[in-house]
Amino acid sequence: MLASTPRLRATLLRIAQSIPVVIGVVVISFLLTRALPGDPAVYFAGVAADTASIEQTRVAMGLDKPLVQQFFIYVGDLLQGDLGQSLSSGRSVAEDLAKRLPASLELTLTALLLAIAIAVPLGVLAATRPGTWVDHLCRVVVTAGVSLPTFFTGILLIYIFYYLLGIAPSPLGRLDFIYLDPDHVTGCYLIDAALMGDWETWRGAAKQLILPASTLALFTLAPVARMTRAAMLTALSSDFIRTARASGLSNQTILYRYAFRNALLPVVTTLGMVFSFALGANVLVEKVFAWPGIGSYAVEALVVSDYAAVQGFVLAMALLFVALNLVIDLLYTAIDPRIGFSSK
Amino acid sequence: MSAMLSVKNLAVAFQTRRGQVDAVRGISFEVSKGEILGIVGESGSGKSVTSYALMRILDAGGTIKAGEATYSGIDLRRAAERDMRDIRGREISMIFQNPRAALNPIRKVGHQIEDVLRHHARATRYDARAKAIAALEAVKINDAEARYNAYPFELSGGMCQRIVCAIALACDPRLLIADEPTTGLDITTQKAVMDLVRDLIREREMSSILITHDLGLAAQYCDRILVMKDGEIVEQGDPVQIFTDPQHPYSRKLVDATPRAGETVRSLLPPEDRGSEPTPIVGDKTLLEVRNLTKTYAGKSGPVHAVKGISFSIKQGQCVGLVGESGCGKSTTSEILVRLMDATSGEVIFDGEDIAQVPARGFAKDARRADIQMVFQDATDSLNPRHTARQTISEPLRRLGRMRSAQVKARIEELATLVGLPLSLLDRFPHQLSGGQKARVGIARAIALDPKFLILDEPTAALDVSIQAVVLNLLVDLRAKLGLSYLFVSHDLHVVRLLCDHVIVMKDGEIVEQGAAQDVMSNPKSDYTKTLLAAAPKPPLRRVTN
Repeated sequence: MLASTPRLRATLLRIAQSIPVVIGVVVISFLLTRALPGDPAVYFAGVAADTASIEQTRVAMGLDKPLVQQFFIYVGDLLQGDLGQSLSSGRSVAEDLAKRLPASLELTLTALLLAIAIAVPLGVLAATRPGTWVDHLCRVVVTAGVSLPTFFTGILLIYIFYYLLGIAPSPLGRLDFIYLDPDHVTGCYLIDAALMGDWETWRGAAKQLILPASTLALFTLAPVARMTRAAMLTALSSDFIRTARASGLSNQTILYRYAFRNALLPVVTTLGMVFSFALGANVLVEKVFAWPGIGSYAVEALVVSDYAAVQGFVLAMALLFVALNLVIDLLYTAIDPRIGFSSK
Repeated sequence: MSAMLSVKNLAVAFQTRRGQVDAVRGISFEVSKGEILGIVGESGSGKSVTSYALMRILDAGGTIKAGEATYSGIDLRRAAERDMRDIRGREISMIFQNPRAALNPIRKVGHQIEDVLRHHARATRYDARAKAIAALEAVKINDAEARYNAYPFELSGGMCQRIVCAIALACDPRLLIADEPTTGLDITTQKAVMDLVRDLIREREMSSILITHDLGLAAQYCDRILVMKDGEIVEQGDPVQIFTDPQHPYSRKLVDATPRAGETVRSLLPPEDRGSEPTPIVGDKTLLEVRNLTKTYAGKSGPVHAVKGISFSIKQGQCVGLVGESGCGKSTTSEILVRLMDATSGEVIFDGEDIAQVPARGFAKDARRADIQMVFQDATDSLNPRHTARQTISEPLRRLGRMRSAQVKARIEELATLVGLPLSLLDRFPHQLSGGQKARVGIARAIALDPKFLILDEPTAALDVSIQAVVLNLLVDLRAKLGLSYLFVSHDLHVVRLLCDHVIVMKDGEIVEQGAAQDVMSNPKSDYTKTLLAAAPKPPLRRVTN
């Protein structure tokens, strides 16, 4: 109890600190979308529109009002949970996000889990056997991972596994036409299908997921493997490892209980960073695999100056990052007892 | 008496990028049952490598090239790794320097002791906790139950070293190797830890090897001493004999350089380098006066009073020693005086003006910046690794002295000569210089602008004793030659006595005693000064020669 009280307070403080960030994001996303070149009224009025009909569209969209008034209307709607209407899809932005965000999250999280499952053991092995083939393999994978662009690896994987070998399904979206979408619970097909007990659909969704997830995993495992290797090398050369060796502890204990737990901190930091840039970077993967994710949605909205959709996207991402950073901070305190006490 | 450990012609080499480096070159010694053997030497002498070789925990690239090491009939060089794991911790165990780093920072200390107990099958899951607490009690840790759940960062350095001892002694080993166990600890903590280790060794009838750079410490706690240099044993014998009648020139140099009672700063040097000691001229004028200086930090649990209203003064040309243990406020005081930190209240009157009024942030632009300079504790860390010695020394000349290039060049060479740094070394980077040379660069930088007042923050703490002797003498010479005033901050009373005219003893932010160095050292008034003096190792006195 005693130990949890300052930790709880630190957590609440941490959450409170993110409120100004969210407010800032609301303001900046509003201003930035307004600063974009291009006039949405012109776009949505259609090709054949004349000046009068463009003006009519502008009034209908509320774009004739002063900027400050537009902002307050936007914030007022936001407080009621209304993210506005997407003009390109014709649905409400909240509805679009609820459908699209889980698709991106499912892809990114699967990719990340895959990356961790490969990168962390690889990094640990490379650190314990420097100069051997594992170390070299680690170096090759890391170099390949950062130097191959995702759209290239994506297309390469499609070419090999779909076109040449024919073992992967056609790279068109989240689920083949022969399956029905599982009931919407979390929006992640793997989880929803499992909840329904529909393993047929689950397998179908997994098959669609495996190639884009691998593509993204190849890209994200590089920094994780690299950081694991470096952090393990640092940990293994610390004084306390020498103490552990001098007390006769087994290699296994030294490696996992002493070195790896100490190396986790920088690895978790890297994971947080990788996760955030993977969420942004998977636009290319989504495009290649026709994945109906949030990245492609945002790009489409941006092209047509669909203000509400862009703002909704930026806000959703910002909230996600705030939540992610919070989770990482909490992980820190779980891993390292020194954190949370040293801060004021 | 049978030898418990016997080492014959042991040679250890490291494979490095620049070829093979011989760290230990064929040494032989024995440790008998119940004996405490001291291995003394300066950095690079191979003393620690010897112990790692015995435990077979050499760093990557290090191998035993030749020789034999036998412990109770077991061949330590050829034993299988699995057998070595049983020997480590159960038969032979080690304690290390820098105890806080020697413990896993994110594991409860109790669990770290349990790991060892469980590994050596000295405890089961059910009684591990009780046995770990018993191990903590054995090293005289108060409230062992509560400490069981502590993390190393929550404990003091001395407490951490006790935990390291508890880990080392948990499985009742027969031989304890202590590798610089008290380096970096306060002098009273050093005494407490060393007394504890000695008592435990005697009580359990163990043998021990004490590895240290401090000949005085070794003399006090060991039955026999080996002196090592460059991977070889140059002399061995009993402590009194080594101190009073060293045979090898190197041991003589080491004995000479060990500060102790009844010596002068010149007698730390080898006889041929001594020369006459200059007499500094102490003026009557007060250069610096500190009045009611306080510094309060905002801490986690309320304000921390680091300095609680201290007053003292330093005369022109005087050397004042500021002595105390970690946390006594001596570093805070020196940082305020050098104007890197602002005081909470109080006056610092330098040359008649209160410089405490000038904020530390803006003091670099003050005309008096050049008059007050500092020599930092760690000669390595206080030099920019990407700057050559010349660039380092030129920095204050260009920035504060506003000299032109030709002048700077001449002045640097003048300074290098003054501090005894060969001119050929000026274009080297810190990593290409030895510890003593780096100390000289730091001193040259501090005196570059002809300051009136130098703050020396433990300038020799990280140096080997023979180099400390040279640097201390350099400081004495510079003071006489340039008419400098010093504030010498140190935890080593012997060194302070050699250098200073006046001593200030601090404890918990207050001055507990001050006075002429000789009086304070030979006739201390406060109990704390007495404790400090009693805790310092007392090496045997030199036999009166010539």
